[in-house]
Amino acid sequence: MKATVQVFLKPGVLDVQGKAVESALHGLGWPEVSEVRVGRLIEFELPGEAGAVEAEVEAMCERLLANTVIESYRVRLG
Amino acid sequence: MKAAVVVFPGSNCDRDCRTAIERSTGARVEMVWHGETALPAGLDLIVLPGGFSYGDYLRCGAMAALSPVMAEVGRAADRGVAVAGVCNGFQILCEARLLPGALLRNAGLRYVCKAVELEVVNAQTRFTAGFGDRRTVRMTVGNGEGNYFADAATLDRLEGQGQVVFRYRDNPNGSARDIAGIVSERGNVLGLMPHPDRAFEAALGSEDGALLFQSVLASA
Repeated sequence: MKATVQVFLKPGVLDVQGKAVESALHGLGWPEVSEVRVGRLIEFELPGEAGAVEAEVEAMCERLLANTVIESYRVRLG
Repeated sequence: MKAAVVVFPGSNCDRDCRTAIERSTGARVEMVWHGETALPAGLDLIVLPGGFSYGDYLRCGAMAALSPVMAEVGRAADRGVAVAGVCNGFQILCEARLLPGALLRNAGLRYVCKAVELEVVNAQTRFTAGFGDRRTVRMTVGNGEGNYFADAATLDRLEGQGQVVFRYRDNPNGSARDIAGIVSERGNVLGLMPHPDRAFEAALGSEDGALLFQSVLASA
């Protein structure tokens, strides 16, 4: 089973990397770009069916993969 | 008086901390490797030094917070032993949930390395009693992710309970409410971004950091 975890700063948390990338895109001629967010993508394999491993992957996110003080995460299995 | 400095792979201020504590207080300082599962007996102070533990992989301090020694540091903190995390050490304490909040990328995106003036917000803590009536002290910051963040309710609580210990006079990194250092609810765990270990004798431009080490070890 392949797990894909996306981690982003929470909406209320200033994403300075996103701001810098947005401003660079504006400078390159795409002034219409807005709301750029820079996050992190983590992929891994683990045995078991999606239903069975979902809680495990969630626990991994809470314990290590995301810092829930500042970040939110999305999990995709399969 | 006895202190320990924890050495993580990628720490780079561990020896500075040792020298700073030894010269400012005369305390014996033991270096403790992060893989240890026991701390030396009779410690009055544990310092988590600055640096780039584990290359800042995943998030600053995230891997170090899971080091074997951190379970012992947590237990020592529960017993009331003084724990101070400087810079990366502050990030590690937040990741280990020994302090609330987190440190974000600096608002200006740049690594900031310079002397800063700090307001001593609470001079009643074990770490700041030695500052006496002084309201402004000088130390050096060197950080890329020193932008303190916590939700508004947490910030209100920190302020209301006197847990905000130092504020920047001129905020270098966008920290919420100009926060440079906080203590735990019980007051024995300190996290601060500026380096007292880079300000402990006149040749370094400030001796104010020495007062912090003297305060905490005098209270031991």
